[in-house]
Amino acid sequence: MLRRIFSYSGKYKKYLVFAALCITAESLFELLIPLIMADIVDIGVANGDKAYIFQQGGWMLVCAAAALLLGVGSAQFSAIAGQGLGANLREAEYAKLQQFSFANVDHFQLSSLVTRMTSDVTNIQNSISSGMRPACRGPVMLIAATAVAFSINAKLALVFMVALPTLAVCLWLIIKNVRPLYGRMQEAIDLVNRIIQENLTAVRVVKAYVRGEYEIGKFNEVNANLQTQSERAFRLAMTNMAAMQFVMYGTIISILWFGGGMIRIGTMQVGELTGFLSYVLQILNSLMMISNIFLMLTRSLASGKRIIEIMDEEIDIKEDRAENISVSRGEIEFSHVYFKYRKDAKEYVLSDINLHISAGQTVGIVGQTGSAKTTLVQLIPRLYDVTKGELLIDGRPVEQYPLRHLRDSIAMVLQKNTLFSGTLRENLLWGNKDATQEEIEEACRIAGADEFIGRLEKGYDTEMGQGGVNVSGGQKQRLCIARAILKKPKVMILDDSTSAVDIATEARIRTMLQEKLPRMTKIIIAQRISSVRHADMIVVLDDGRIKGCGTHEELLESNRIYQEIYESQKEGADL
Amino acid sequence: MARYTGYKRPKNTLKALRQLFHYMGYHRWLLLVVAVLVLISTGASVAGTYLLKPVINDFILPGDVKGLILALIGMGIMYLCGALSTFGYNRLMVKTSQKVVGDIRRDLFAHVQTLPLKYFDAHTHGELMSRFTNDVDTIQEALNNSFTMVIQSSLTLTGTVVMLLVLNVRMALIVIVFLLIMFWFIKWNGKRSKAYFDRQQEYLAAINGFTEEMVAGQKVEKIFNHEEEDMKVFRKKNEDLRAASTKALAYSSMMIPSIVSLSYGCYAVSACAGGLLAIAGLMDLGSLAAYLVYVRQSAMPLNQFTQQVNFILSALAGAERIFDMMEEPSEIDEGTVTLVRVHENEEGTLTEAEDGRDEETDVMHPGKTEYAWKDAQGNLTLLRGDVRFENVVFGYVPGRKVLSGISLYAKPGQKIAFVGSTGAGKTTIINLINRFYEIQGGRILYDGIDVRDIRKDDLRRSLGMVIQDTHLFTGTIADNIRYGKLDAADEEVIRAAELANADSFIRRLPDGYDTMLYSDGSNLSQGQRQLLAIARAAVAQPPVLILDEATSSIDTRTERLIEKGMDAIMDGRTVFVIAHRLSTVRNSKAIMVLEHGSIIERGSHEELLEQKGRYYQLYTGMYELE
Repeated sequence: MLRRIFSYSGKYKKYLVFAALCITAESLFELLIPLIMADIVDIGVANGDKAYIFQQGGWMLVCAAAALLLGVGSAQFSAIAGQGLGANLREAEYAKLQQFSFANVDHFQLSSLVTRMTSDVTNIQNSISSGMRPACRGPVMLIAATAVAFSINAKLALVFMVALPTLAVCLWLIIKNVRPLYGRMQEAIDLVNRIIQENLTAVRVVKAYVRGEYEIGKFNEVNANLQTQSERAFRLAMTNMAAMQFVMYGTIISILWFGGGMIRIGTMQVGELTGFLSYVLQILNSLMMISNIFLMLTRSLASGKRIIEIMDEEIDIKEDRAENISVSRGEIEFSHVYFKYRKDAKEYVLSDINLHISAGQTVGIVGQTGSAKTTLVQLIPRLYDVTKGELLIDGRPVEQYPLRHLRDSIAMVLQKNTLFSGTLRENLLWGNKDATQEEIEEACRIAGADEFIGRLEKGYDTEMGQGGVNVSGGQKQRLCIARAILKKPKVMILDDSTSAVDIATEARIRTMLQEKLPRMTKIIIAQRISSVRHADMIVVLDDGRIKGCGTHEELLESNRIYQEIYESQKEGADL
Repeated sequence: MARYTGYKRPKNTLKALRQLFHYMGYHRWLLLVVAVLVLISTGASVAGTYLLKPVINDFILPGDVKGLILALIGMGIMYLCGALSTFGYNRLMVKTSQKVVGDIRRDLFAHVQTLPLKYFDAHTHGELMSRFTNDVDTIQEALNNSFTMVIQSSLTLTGTVVMLLVLNVRMALIVIVFLLIMFWFIKWNGKRSKAYFDRQQEYLAAINGFTEEMVAGQKVEKIFNHEEEDMKVFRKKNEDLRAASTKALAYSSMMIPSIVSLSYGCYAVSACAGGLLAIAGLMDLGSLAAYLVYVRQSAMPLNQFTQQVNFILSALAGAERIFDMMEEPSEIDEGTVTLVRVHENEEGTLTEAEDGRDEETDVMHPGKTEYAWKDAQGNLTLLRGDVRFENVVFGYVPGRKVLSGISLYAKPGQKIAFVGSTGAGKTTIINLINRFYEIQGGRILYDGIDVRDIRKDDLRRSLGMVIQDTHLFTGTIADNIRYGKLDAADEEVIRAAELANADSFIRRLPDGYDTMLYSDGSNLSQGQRQLLAIARAAVAQPPVLILDEATSSIDTRTERLIEKGMDAIMDGRTVFVIAHRLSTVRNSKAIMVLEHGSIIERGSHEELLEQKGRYYQLYTGMYELE
């Protein structure tokens, strides 16, 4: 897993190496300094040699300067490497996210996806940026000090043979137990985030129903849970420090005991014992550093695992059958199409759909709430894949079109319209980023959006706000239609996308579409019969099955469901 | 997408620090215990080092085994205390820091609940969420380690400096000068990197906001093949973040090696000076050696301290952003009039119900109202649902009026409909009744009381709302319906679902009313979601009902089916309806036709048709197509 994470370091890999080299070299210089120091006292002062003292002092300063340079270098390099890796991870995640199908997104949930891209990545990059130094210094110091300790008194150094395994076992126990705790902590974080996110999106509902207190109660529950989970995880991780101290102090006492014995029988000098002790402290310190690294690593690995989960998620909409073709006419054929959202669902949402739509035709789809009208049209640009049967465009299965070409030639205006932060113009440019002002204006004219844009103070430069909060529902819908028109698609799907537009405006949009874009295949899902009655063909859906197909007159004659819908609207003067 | 850069406020680090301390102050006793334990632990470790010399000199060298055993046992006990203290303060500190962080999250969330809608309109969700996640994380990170480390290192530093002064004042000056340089360096460097940490948190929020918005709008992204363009924007934001955080870390982590090297410099200078003094006979070799050991040690605490600087600085950057948000002004709510349950006796006098809840009369019958407004003086006014707008002026942005001088009235039990072309201001009017936004002129009277005098919660409780965009919460279907009335019994929930005609589709779901909804109910169709929203309002049984395009995604056939239920829900209530579908509004008592923020026509369906005005045009607009 570590290797997987590090494989994303890309061009920052070399900085990782530089940083490691700098830190190692820096530690070596630091090891030199005490040796030079000893000479000052033992030789310089003992001989009263001032020149020698200055010379050695000079060398010490040189070493300190070198260590400074290397240290600053290592700080730069590890910052570059850590943050670079983090940025690469985020980018890779985002790229993967874009390929996700909706089922994939549902699998993770939005708030969790965002956490995985931000705080999980932050965890990793922080442990690299600040962990590099102890990770490289620790072993160097450990090896150097151990070597010296053994050279002073190999027998006494055997105390380590007890101390080290004890420490290792402690560390292993802690890490083993803390890993699942970190995992649970991240889950608790996801829960907290979900509540926050839902509250932010549904703020109007919360306020309208005065459920602030209730939401706070809900939040306090998950917040307390997170508090407990993270307390558990961190508490265990922190035990490491106490365990280290136990072992360290035990070692000191044993060394004093055994060392004392050795001095008594004369196999050891007093000076050696004090020297030995200072190296022991050095060794234990390095071990402390190393164990901290391990703990940090455990936490990062929990985050790493969550990141890798995203990378490894199998994309269920694949392009492996794609050939280099694009839609030229816009003829659509459903042949015995069955569909369900989840493989393990019992019932099909769409069953045995057979439908032929010729290029340039206008087709209306009507049906009850929940009759799977939206599901049906979402199959065309492959927002979902058919479960059984075949969907052909221009006579070829949709899977053979590269997604890009397919979606370029199909414009779909969704029921739930989405506009993005940015200006009105930026939002329209989604349709075609190279569109000229004339093209934009023409599209807005067709979509009936020109009249209100003219009234906006800043016109096309009006700021939309997230989700387009600065325009009304009907205005939003018309902007979305204009955005779709800018794509110059072969097929245009309007999924109940004029529901908030008044009837007169809607009629105008329909006429404009017919006049200006006659060759485009148009599929219109509507509640109002008036929206579809002039269509070349009207499809009546009920409970995922086609219950009738024909012109307005034909259906009015023969189709019971259609008659009912018509009747329900006639009285209401809703035709 | 210039939104993110627009957010700038004067930074005030000290204030953030003070507020952070304020939160820590809630747990001051725990923190005091932590500090004491840190003291013991540090003391044990320092004392141990000083005891080495006497142990060697007094027991090992003379070969006093018994003394050595006793001394070692003594040291052992002391060490044990130290290690146990370490164990203790770590646990306590984790507990405290999680509490502090939990408190901050809790207060932040509670505060967010009070913010006006305007605030949410102006910030992306991801950006706001980032405060809860990324910014709170930084504080947690710092509290877990830094607090104890800072205590520990300042203790040892003071101790060492005192020792140095005692040993040799002249030589100590050298160390003090170096220490001052180090302090100055830390301060200078900290200031610089802090600026980058601020930027880092800001960019992190921007990425958060962007990702959130993009994933939420993923369908549109796919339909428009917009992945590459978004990737470009993302790359730009990601690069900004990378650059800022690299700088922040490069600066702050430069501190550790710099301090280490400075301390070596200090060591070298002290060694030379000490050597010279020794040669001059002003200092003996033994004390020089001892002195130099202390000089080396003096760098340790500073070193430890600088290791925490990263955490502390980014925590401060995070804390500033959090406390900034906590200082955002809450919704204005100066109302004193509250909503109470009352009993009405035969003479028509009102008495306040004792416990506010009466099981038998739980279902509301507007004829014998059980709700009343109670003002500060205790006067009771029956809640009847009489709403009047008098010359109301409103605009979302100062200087741009959306509504100009609207006057209207709704008598109790009347159904009032708003029609008009999109963007005429229908939703806006409704958002003013429940004070989602504050009006700029005129006034709105509710049963004769200015809505500004009514406590917001009570005002909103009296109004049931079904809004254009339906939002569902993670939880079961039943939970979502129950949102309208938290203590509703199962029967009430089912009854409400039946009224909304949602019962039949719910029963066909795999787990019926217990079916879990995820991600804003993405597994339901738009129409089904609206049915649930209606059921939610039905279960709440509010005196006044507001339906804002509540049935827009429901087909007319289903709408007819729910009509009966809706009639039952609306019966006797004042209802405001917005619909473009005229069948929904034609049986209203009064229909207001809005255009460009003013009411241009008012009357019943028949009257308006007679007038042959705008309504007539709208109504006959479809007949032209015949």
